[in-house]
Amino acid sequence: MTGLSEIWVYLAQSPLLWLTATLAAYSVGDAAFRAARRNPLVNPVLIAVTLLVAVLWLTDTPYETYFEGAQFVHFLLGPATVALALPLYTNLSLIKRSALPMTVALIAGSVTAILSALGIGWALGLSGDTLLALAPKSATAPVAIGVAEQIGAPANLTAVFVILTGILGAVIVTPLFNALGITDWRARGFAVGVTSHGIGTARAFQVHPTAGAFSGIGMGLNALLTAILAPLIVRWLF
Amino acid sequence: MAQTSIPMIQSFTLLLACQLIGEITVKSAGLPLPGPVLGMLVLVLLLALLPRLEQVVRPTLTGFLGHLSLLFVPAGVGIIGHLGRFGSDGPAMVLALVGSTALTLVVTVFTFIGVSRLVQDRGERASE
Repeated sequence: MTGLSEIWVYLAQSPLLWLTATLAAYSVGDAAFRAARRNPLVNPVLIAVTLLVAVLWLTDTPYETYFEGAQFVHFLLGPATVALALPLYTNLSLIKRSALPMTVALIAGSVTAILSALGIGWALGLSGDTLLALAPKSATAPVAIGVAEQIGAPANLTAVFVILTGILGAVIVTPLFNALGITDWRARGFAVGVTSHGIGTARAFQVHPTAGAFSGIGMGLNALLTAILAPLIVRWLF
Repeated sequence: MAQTSIPMIQSFTLLLACQLIGEITVKSAGLPLPGPVLGMLVLVLLLALLPRLEQVVRPTLTGFLGHLSLLFVPAGVGIIGHLGRFGSDGPAMVLALVGSTALTLVVTVFTFIGVSRLVQDRGERASE
């Protein structure tokens, strides 16, 4: 008979265990998110990451071993980025109708997101690749990770910054814009999509359907612009 | 029931093919853009050229995008290699994220509203 520890030794090295663990941890996070009636503070990704980090730490498993299994999920980021073409295409007529304010706001927002993250980080003493990892944080995760790999920033640090930016934006957008007296749902939605990608868009759909649609467009367009601007700005500054 | 099967394999083939075109173009032309982002543009173009394609790919792509956040988990877990950074640089990183998020929201929303008013004003004046 094979002992439990031998089975563990075998399983801990196989991709199956960590692929299963990734999906299971996400399912727990997603269930918690639904139970909390989609409160942006109860983010399923943050819950899944916390659970998995705890398991890896307790079992003394190196990230490389974990990634052997998780890479199958990670690989899908590429096709998922391509799939973002669908919401972009669906909203093409909406984009055309508000083309000018959208274009100018997109450029202003995208540049602000990159420069302010780098500027504040630098002023507070961040340096090296920690600082670089901040640059693409407002783009949706698959794009931000691609940009991080391109500019030589640690992709997994960028992934965490992206998720935190999403949660922050989703939490502060409604009180902030209410306090500023902004009533244009197009502008409100677009701003949160540009700033906080998918997590912000999910929040916008909860608040108002027009805001949700414009947020989805903001997310898609800023993914595109950040992919172009972040490498250029980083090359220019560093 | 005319068609019960969702063309999942075909839709995924299309996604991968667009990504492949994107990757090849980016690598061979040395563009400062991730391959999948160019692949996304290729798919938008294809959808615009062949509107019937949308009906075919919509079910699979919508289902796939519904689970987008699952895909960030493996990269997110990589934070385990950077926990030391959070100890030393944690407050600075959090402040940079909070400040930049608030600033980006405000700049984007006021730019949108400002330009939208300018365009409207011009439109109204032109119609007078």
